[in-house]
Order: sequence, then C-alpha cells, then structure tokens
Amino acid sequence: MKNFLQGMHTVMRRELTAYFATPVAWVFIVIFTMLAAAFTFYLGGFYQRGLADLDPFFRFHPWLYLFLVPALAMRLWAEERKSGTIELLLTLPITMSQAIVGKFLAAWLFLGLALALTVPIWFTVNYLGDPDNGVILAAYIGSWLMAGAFLSIGSCMSAVTRNQVVAFILAVVVCFGFLLSGLPLVLDSFRAIGLPQGFVDGIANISLTVHFDAISRGVLDLRDLIYFALVIGFWLTSNLIILQLRKAD
Amino acid sequence: MIEAQSLTRHFGDLVAVDGITFTVDTGQVLGFLGPNGAGKSTTMKILTGFLPPTSGTAIINGYDISNDSLAVRREIGYLPEGAPLYGEMDVIRFLQFVARARGFSGAEAERKAAAAADRLNLKHVLKQRIETLSKGYKRRVGLAQAILHDPKVLILDEPTDGLDPNQKHEVRELIRNMSEHRTIVVSTHILEEVDALCNRAMIIADGKLVADDTPAGLIERSRYHNAVTLSVTDLQAAASVLSKLPEAAKVEVRDGEITVFPQPDTHLLLAVNRVIAEHGWQVHTLRLEAGRLDEVFRNITREAEPQEAAA
Ligand SMILES: Nc1ncnc2c1ncn2[C@@H]1O[C@H](COP(=O)(O)OP(=O)(O)O)[C@@H](O)[C@H]1O
Ligand SMILES: [Mg+2]
Repeated sequence: MKNFLQGMHTVMRRELTAYFATPVAWVFIVIFTMLAAAFTFYLGGFYQRGLADLDPFFRFHPWLYLFLVPALAMRLWAEERKSGTIELLLTLPITMSQAIVGKFLAAWLFLGLALALTVPIWFTVNYLGDPDNGVILAAYIGSWLMAGAFLSIGSCMSAVTRNQVVAFILAVVVCFGFLLSGLPLVLDSFRAIGLPQGFVDGIANISLTVHFDAISRGVLDLRDLIYFALVIGFWLTSNLIILQLRKAD
Repeated sequence: MIEAQSLTRHFGDLVAVDGITFTVDTGQVLGFLGPNGAGKSTTMKILTGFLPPTSGTAIINGYDISNDSLAVRREIGYLPEGAPLYGEMDVIRFLQFVARARGFSGAEAERKAAAAADRLNLKHVLKQRIETLSKGYKRRVGLAQAILHDPKVLILDEPTDGLDPNQKHEVRELIRNMSEHRTIVVSTHILEEVDALCNRAMIIADGKLVADDTPAGLIERSRYHNAVTLSVTDLQAAASVLSKLPEAAKVEVRDGEITVFPQPDTHLLLAVNRVIAEHGWQVHTLRLEAGRLDEVFRNITREAEPQEAAA
C-alpha cells in the first residue's frame, strides 16, 4: 500500500507540475471562473431572485463541466500515446493503476483548485444576506464529486484514442448521456413510451444530475457518495483495461 | 544478463517477432541489427515490460518478464525509440521525477538526478525546458534517465538515430563508457555503429534471428574479406593479368578500380605485389579489404525475406 501511494504520488506530482509549466492551467482557471460567474449572474438571475443562496451558481455546474472537464481530461492519455512518453512512463517501475490514479487525482485536485477560486461568490452571498452555509458547503462537495465523475469518463475516453479532439468529443457525448438520463424531460418520455417504472428509476439512478441535486440540497447521503465512488471506480477500471489493450497502438 | 526464450509477438496477423532465443551476458554490448520493420523495437518493448509477448518469455537478471514485470523494470534502464520525453518539464525536474519513480525519495532523489545530469554533461541546461533543447541534448537527457539508477541492464533503441555525426560519435562514447559491468543491448540500422560499439552483433529480419556473431565475424563473411583493390593506369590489361593468378578467384573492374577476390586460404596480397613488381605498373592505390558489413547485412537479410512460392 505504501508503495502504491508512493508511485501514485510521484505521477500526481509530475502531472501537477506539468499543468503549471504551461499556460493551460491559467487559461483553464480563468475560463472556468469567468463562465461560472457569467452563468450565475446573467443566466441564473442571482440578484433578481432576491434569495440568499448559491442555487443559480451550482445549477449550471453540470453544464459547465460538460465541456470544461473533457477539455482538461482529453490530454491525459492521448498525449502520452501520441508523444510516446507512455513508453517511458510505463517502463518505469510504476504500475498502470498507479499511473492512472495519479493522473486522475492530479486533474481532480486541479479542478478542486479552480472550484475553490470561485469562493468569492460565496463571500458575496454572505455579505448580501444570510445563506445556509452548510448547504453551500455540501453543494461545493457535490460539485467537486461530479467533476470527478466527469473526469473519470474523460480519462477513460482519452485512453481510447491518441487524438485529443476525438477523446474530447467522446467524453462530451458520454458525459452528456450521464447528465441527460436524469432530466425530468427524458425520464417522462421514457415513461410515456411505456417503459416500466423500475427501469426508469434505474436510469434516473445512474444519472449524475439526480445525485448532484440531492447533495446540493445539503444532504450528504452515503448512497450519493457511494454512487460517485462507483462511477469513478467503474470508469477508471475501464480506463485501465482499455489502456492495457491499446497502449502500444 | 538477458535470456530470451522463443520470444514471439503478433500484431493481428502480423508476426513482428518470431521465436527469438538468445542470451546476453554481463559485459557484452550487443548490437541489435536489422532493416526497418524487422522487429527490433518490438523485441525491446517486450524485454522492458511495455508489451507482453504473445508467447515465449525472457529472464532478466533472474526475473521473468511475464510474472515479475516490476522487478524486471527495476533492473533495466531503457531509452525508447525516438527518446520520448516530457517536453514541458525542465531537465532537472524531469530527472527528479524519474528518480522518484525509481523509488528514491527526498534528498536521495535529488542527488541521483544531479549525478545523472552530471554524467551526461547536462549541468548548464538543468533549468531549461526539455522541448527547447537541441536534439543532441534531448538524447542526452534520454540517456541520463536511462542510467540514473545505475542499472545492470541497459536497453537503447536507436540511440543515435537522427543525430549529426558529431553527436553520434559523442553518444557512442557515452555508451562505451557505460559498458563495463553491464549488459547493454543497442539497436541500430547503422552498420558502422556495430563495429564501433559492440562486441557482439545479432541480425534480425522479418522477426527472425538470422545471424549472431562478433562484428569481426560478420565482416569475415563478406566476399570482400581479404580481397585486394588497386588502381593502375591501364585497368583492362592489369585485370587480365591478375585474373590468371592461381590465388585469384575472381576479378572485377568498377569505378576505376580493380578488385581481386581471393581463393580460400591463399595470400592474395603477396601475389598481387609480385605481379605489380614484375610488370612495373604505376599503382595509384592498393588496399587489402577487411570486408564490407553492408554487403553482409544485405545478403543475410535478403536471404531471410520470404521467398515467392514457385509456380
Ligand atoms: N503496435 C503495433 N501494431 C501493429 N503493428 C505493429 C505495432 N508495432 C510494430 N508493428 C509492426 O511490427 C513490425 C516490427 O516493427 P518494429 O519492431 O518497430 O521494427 P524495427 O524496430 O525493427 O524497425 C513492423 O512491421 C511494424 O509495422
Ligand atoms: Mg525500431
């Protein structure tokens, strides 16, 4: 276990250094925080609502992540394969799982940092009113978990191809599917065509939105946490299998 | 020490490596020769644990690549083809990353990285981003990461490919200096390199091992081995005289030079000298041929090509 952590940490550290060695990290952070603010204030009607909460802020996170997380994740493996560094990485005494988890955690921490930089919005709402800070904290955690789920999908798709654009598109499509499956509109139409309720509930249950919404109401239910852990675990395991099959192509 | 046992690797229908068996001992520098697409890189990827073999296996310093991959990777230093590197990192951070990945931590990792950089004269580019380095320097960084942990087995895939002649020379020197107490496998398709660097040469073609010899042994297989080449004023007259020598098997005139090929176990050069003296020829050049590696290489790898089925 200690060895696993050491190898993983080495990969994670390298990745994080790499983010900040190029302008990519800064560009990403700027775009993320600006879009988050724009969504909140313009689309979400933050002021007009006259409520002291961050609902308009968090409501758009799934849609923000839908494009930004695949953009961050697309390089994870596609770039290693394209440049050949994957051969360097995987012939070091590091296991593939260490490499996958290390890269994933680096990107997830980075997303956490971007998310943390939106905290001024939290201050603002405290300045303007008297929000339930527990709910907001839970929503932040839920948002970060959702980002992690998207990221695991993106990482897996990045292992499918050495072309980053293809990896990006695949990830967006799969993430979109995970988002859509929870929308009332979609669920209603499943019901309308006569699918059994159990099936529809199943679809709703694998949806990220449903679990994210649950957490952002301020309830950190164990089932929601397990859901995110399972989603991330599933996609990273698929990532491992795909990489094993395709690393040399 | 490397012991490869019937290593085989398929890519779909293609057999890239076809039942290769060999042993390399400590202290040997093995030149791994073959035309492009022969299976050199694939073999190296299998030995270094990047690719699993389809069948067969290899034992490296006692560890089996098939069930002890991590231990094998600890024993080996590897320079992959084209020396891929993380271009956005600076040299010292990259080497420190490799050191940590190799299990060194803290100050020890920093020392190992600095020592490797030192050995490859990278001192004044430590803080430079790798992608801004010249090709020669990049290759040195690649070699530095390969030797950082002082590995007993070094596997270098075309370490001089794409370098200019000076850089090639430099990299060969570096490899030569590392060869003591190590097992080194160097792949190349440059023949002089084998002669300059290796004490053993293996030729593979179409995934099969077709020759395993010393570089000198390979050269001796050349039909030019111990042939005599000379140029004189009247080529045709001289050629017809030389062809009558009992020591001569064959005479060829090409590019203003006559090459006389010897009968087995004869002293052709002495005989040619005698004839020159007898006829008082004006000799512009005269040399004893050691043999031509490129010719041996062509013959061996051509023979190995799949023959068209006779109709
Ligand atoms: N990942 C791969 N997928 C399919 N074919 C491959 C792959 N890698 C190598 N090959 C094929 O295997 C053969 C041997 O390639 P390689 O080992 O790279 O040769 P060399 O290094 O001697 O030039 C070539 O025909 C090459 O096209
Ligand atoms: Mg090759």
